[in-house]
Amino acid sequence: MSVRDPGGGRVPDPVGAAVAAAHRQDWARVVAAAARTAGGDLGLAEEASQDAFVAALETWGQRGIPSNPVAWLTRTAQRRVMDARRREATLRRKLPAFGSSLPQTDDSDDTDQAPVLDDRLRLVFTCCHPALAAEARVALTLRMVGGLTTAEIAHAFLVPEATMAARITRAKRKIVTAGVPYRVPTPEDVADRLGGVLAVIHLVFTTGHTAPAGQSLQRRDLAADAVDLSRMLAVLMPDEPEALGLLALLELTYARRNTRQTSEGALVLLAEQDRSRWDTSLISQGLRTLERAGRRLGSRPPGRYLLQAGIAAAHAEAPTFADTDWVSIVALYELLHAAWPSPVVALNRAVAVAYRDGPEAGLDAVAAIADDPVLVRYHYLPAVRADLLRQVGRSDEARAAYEQALAQVTNEAERAFLRARLADLKVSLD
Amino acid sequence: MPQYMFLIYGDENAFGAEPPPPEVWQEMLAQHQAFMAGVQSGGGQILGGEALGPTTAATTVRHQDGEVLLTDGPFAETKETLGGYYLVEAADLEQALAFAAKVPTSGCVEVRPVVPTGGQ
Repeated sequence: MSVRDPGGGRVPDPVGAAVAAAHRQDWARVVAAAARTAGGDLGLAEEASQDAFVAALETWGQRGIPSNPVAWLTRTAQRRVMDARRREATLRRKLPAFGSSLPQTDDSDDTDQAPVLDDRLRLVFTCCHPALAAEARVALTLRMVGGLTTAEIAHAFLVPEATMAARITRAKRKIVTAGVPYRVPTPEDVADRLGGVLAVIHLVFTTGHTAPAGQSLQRRDLAADAVDLSRMLAVLMPDEPEALGLLALLELTYARRNTRQTSEGALVLLAEQDRSRWDTSLISQGLRTLERAGRRLGSRPPGRYLLQAGIAAAHAEAPTFADTDWVSIVALYELLHAAWPSPVVALNRAVAVAYRDGPEAGLDAVAAIADDPVLVRYHYLPAVRADLLRQVGRSDEARAAYEQALAQVTNEAERAFLRARLADLKVSLD
Repeated sequence: MPQYMFLIYGDENAFGAEPPPPEVWQEMLAQHQAFMAGVQSGGGQILGGEALGPTTAATTVRHQDGEVLLTDGPFAETKETLGGYYLVEAADLEQALAFAAKVPTSGCVEVRPVVPTGGQ
């Protein structure tokens, strides 16, 4: 089920609507099954799947919508793969020197009864394979699993469409030429590589979530795509606490999507967000997911996403900002820093300390990490300092810190926010 | 007799991103056959040789802070230089990378697929 808000467009015809619905819900299943038939050749699987959806428009129009559309689409896509393989076999007879370089078809388990869930898991783990470049993993996952067009992905990441097309083609080719296996991940693989898969989904989410509102009108809602991907992964790996932890984190964060920015795109801090406009049903869902993740954890220590979801839950459960449970949040940040040491986590902990113990304590906590080489180039550090200095009345220092943050920030909405804060400070000094 | 390793460098993009057209490939194979025959008749011996896949199919394996780090693409540092080679048969890239991670070196190992040339 998609979290995306239903579109307001007119439905052109029932067949078109059925094909569109199948594309939205079942694209990954069709590609994953076709990729199995194609022995892991994602390029061929993608083409065959696209052909199957095009064929559906015509065939369903003539013969009616099949009772099981996804089975029809899967069968059609797999047949196209086999047709293409037959043509290649003919070519192979003509060009013996090329023969063995063509990928072999895996006919061994090519039946409709094969586990569909495992197919999608193979697809996800192949798209997120560590032998592929990080940006290629993200693009390939959105294209092959998320069903986005190359143009949509290019637009979301602000790169020319030709660049994105080349990136995706190169990744698909490497999978074939380098021999990246298309197989169900073993428990060992999962332990090694689940983190990489979750990082891809998380990156898709943050890219969508931090997009300025003005631009997001034309851009696809990548954050919703990430929630869908995360939900699919949680279905495929129902016993992995971190897969569930990521889903909980995304649900709880996405629930605040309508209050993060004003209609003009200005940033709204958590403290000032209109909590009555938070998506309460998505929050309850996120809290349930978090609870489920906690149960799966058993005696193991919680991972990065589960802890971040815990922090998001503490915010989501506070009826007002003043009611926020900062004691728990500081404790969660400390666990998070132990599980996933990162200067950004340390900085967020410092902010939580400021809310728990006051701005002076916050300034001490910030000072303790200010020399970190990663944070030196990060605008959030001077922005946090500026805010704390403002609260304790050290206005000159606050102004200098705001100016430093402004020099480093790249996101327009955040820049506007910092400018407004700096202007307020100047007004109050006059 | 002493043994020597020949490392062949060339412009892999001579035909764009595509592999060479079949007739060009056949011609290249014929030239290499002639080269090998020439070595043999000149009193030398070809002990082994393979065509490598493009660098776009390469993965570089290195160790950092006790962890195996994979990078998409060929070896790019210039500080380190080629110090040896293994030709390894493995089930797939994953197994090949797992073996590569066990090569005893403080440097790194570039893993490239061998392109089948249709027998010797």
